[in-house]
Amino acid sequence: MMDPKPSSRRELLKGAALAVGTVAAGASVSKIAFAQTPASGPATAPPSYAANEAPMVAASDDVIAYGVRSHYVTSKRIPALGRPSPDDFGLEFHVATPLQDSVGTIQASSLHYAATTKGSFIPDIDPARHTLMIDGLVGRPRIFTMADLKRFPSVTQFHFIECAGNNHSAADRTVQESHGLTSNAEWTGVLLSTLLEECGLQHEATWFVAEGAEEVKGASTMPINKAMTDVIVAYGMNGEPLRPQQGFPVRLIVPGFEGIFNTKWLRHIKAVDQYQLNMNDFGHLQRSPVNAALGYQIGPKSVITYPSGGQKLPEPGWYEITGLAWSGGGAVRKVEVSTDDGRSWKDAKLKGTPHPMAHTRFGYMWNWDGGEHVILSRTTDAIGQVQPTREEVAKALGVPYTPKFRVPGTNNTIMPWRIARDGSVTNGLA
Amino acid sequence: MGSLRIVPILLLLASPALAQTYGLGRAPTAAELAQGITISPTGVGLPPGHGTAAEGAVLYTQKLCVVCHGPAGVGGVTKAPNLQAKKGPGVDAWDRGGGGDGIPVKAPDATIVFDFIRRGMPLGNEGILTPDEVYSLTAYLLAINKIIPEDEVLDQNNLAQIKMPIGNEWARVPDWKPRAPRLAGYPY
Ligand code: HEC
Repeated sequence: MMDPKPSSRRELLKGAALAVGTVAAGASVSKIAFAQTPASGPATAPPSYAANEAPMVAASDDVIAYGVRSHYVTSKRIPALGRPSPDDFGLEFHVATPLQDSVGTIQASSLHYAATTKGSFIPDIDPARHTLMIDGLVGRPRIFTMADLKRFPSVTQFHFIECAGNNHSAADRTVQESHGLTSNAEWTGVLLSTLLEECGLQHEATWFVAEGAEEVKGASTMPINKAMTDVIVAYGMNGEPLRPQQGFPVRLIVPGFEGIFNTKWLRHIKAVDQYQLNMNDFGHLQRSPVNAALGYQIGPKSVITYPSGGQKLPEPGWYEITGLAWSGGGAVRKVEVSTDDGRSWKDAKLKGTPHPMAHTRFGYMWNWDGGEHVILSRTTDAIGQVQPTREEVAKALGVPYTPKFRVPGTNNTIMPWRIARDGSVTNGLA
Repeated sequence: MGSLRIVPILLLLASPALAQTYGLGRAPTAAELAQGITISPTGVGLPPGHGTAAEGAVLYTQKLCVVCHGPAGVGGVTKAPNLQAKKGPGVDAWDRGGGGDGIPVKAPDATIVFDFIRRGMPLGNEGILTPDEVYSLTAYLLAINKIIPEDEVLDQNNLAQIKMPIGNEWARVPDWKPRAPRLAGYPY
């Protein structure tokens, strides 16, 4: 097709040339044009039909090769749990995803939350040289290359991962701060059960240890039952290879278990007949059997991502209250929303098909009357577990309910957002 | 009698011998197998070696543990936890204080102290310690916490035998089953 807007394109190129003025002769026009900011900035002019005529920008090699998001979209991950990432040494610790901007259920790989056990550099692994060794209580110990792994029958599944530190409290201003240590993606790989059968798993094996290749060689112990049920040795994420921060070239996906079990940069799996407290298991050492039981698989949980802390409803009227629900126990069966601080609950609509141990998007249409409201969401999963309030957890465990009460395991309690008359949204726990 | 005939078939189906295999991958060499660093609480997989608290005390300075964790594991800089508990024998392991996860005191097995040092320390320079050095540093940390005598020689045969102060006072992770609640009777 011939250029449909010859005048505006010519003007743009002319404008770009003027804007750079003294730029060295020979600088490529496409680079100049790419750096252009449109004359009418986003905040200054109101939306109008005329504004739909946007500057036309020449593509760069990068845009052609891998694509970039609009420069108007500025959503970012942030360091979490009070520790900088990267820190002074360049270690990555915990990084929270901007849930307030999320739509649908898949987290873009670039924005997927990331965490390392104790702060870690990111291994720069050559996939052509990387191997996974499986040994211990197996009849045929094996070493697999990445090419070997891709020859096994593959599976593709949606699963969330959530850090046990995803613990909302009164101090959190946004849903990124309160709930940003969970994300959902499409994972592709080979079932660990397939590999264990290939290696001739022996009956005596009751646990397995998975170990990564980062500097501390983080290792976790998990039940062999879990390995034989749904654990994935994953090399693909959202249609491409894992990113280095997600364990490139291969990681474990342990659906519904606390984030730390999803061993990244996977290099070794050992089948054993005894629980062993490894590097990464020490945080699970508990005196109380209740805390030990709850600190493994994640309970049913949901949170409203819009409207949420730091956002503002511009005027009374219709809005879709939307958010995410998930559970370590199975698929989401139901999500309810309350706009009156829990006095009444309405069923929300589930968007698409809920998958086991995966984020499910929900929505509830609400006509805001301009008054003060506390809005909540509550999910029920496929095995009938219901997301509790903090008070309900304390009661069920028979312990006093005080402001200091800490929910055992990953905090899966209901999150309130408070909407003020001016439409501003703040943390309802504060 | 039909049901009786089914039983052996079911047994066969459940047997891993029948699982589909693909002949992919290769057998690890003995050297590769020996590189595994996962050790059991009973000491299976420990590397041959030995060390004493006296040797560990020297290494504690030499390998710069002291810079982060402080002299004798007290009052270190940065975010490094104390490695010597505030209170000694006679006090419940959970109440001895200290820092971090209290690994030298709260670990149910001494193999865990060894494993933590071998995998994770010295921070920023992981993986430089020989097995003898890890045995020595383990002995040193256990000795300053009065868990073993100063002169005990630790090796691959006796490390797992050490009686740790926590005893049996820690919770085992319950059996896991698919589609089951996390805790019997807990609806959340
Ligand atoms: C650069 C600082 C640094 C150096 C050097 C260092 N450590 Fe550490 N160590 C830490 C930090 C920080 C932690 C807390 C856990 C973590 O971040 O890995 C820790 C944790 C530990 C723990 C677990 C404590 C607990 O109860 O949680 C042990 C044991 C330990 N170090 C032993 C050693 C030994 C032995 C050496 C010397 C070989 C050493 N460390 C050198 C910083 C250091």
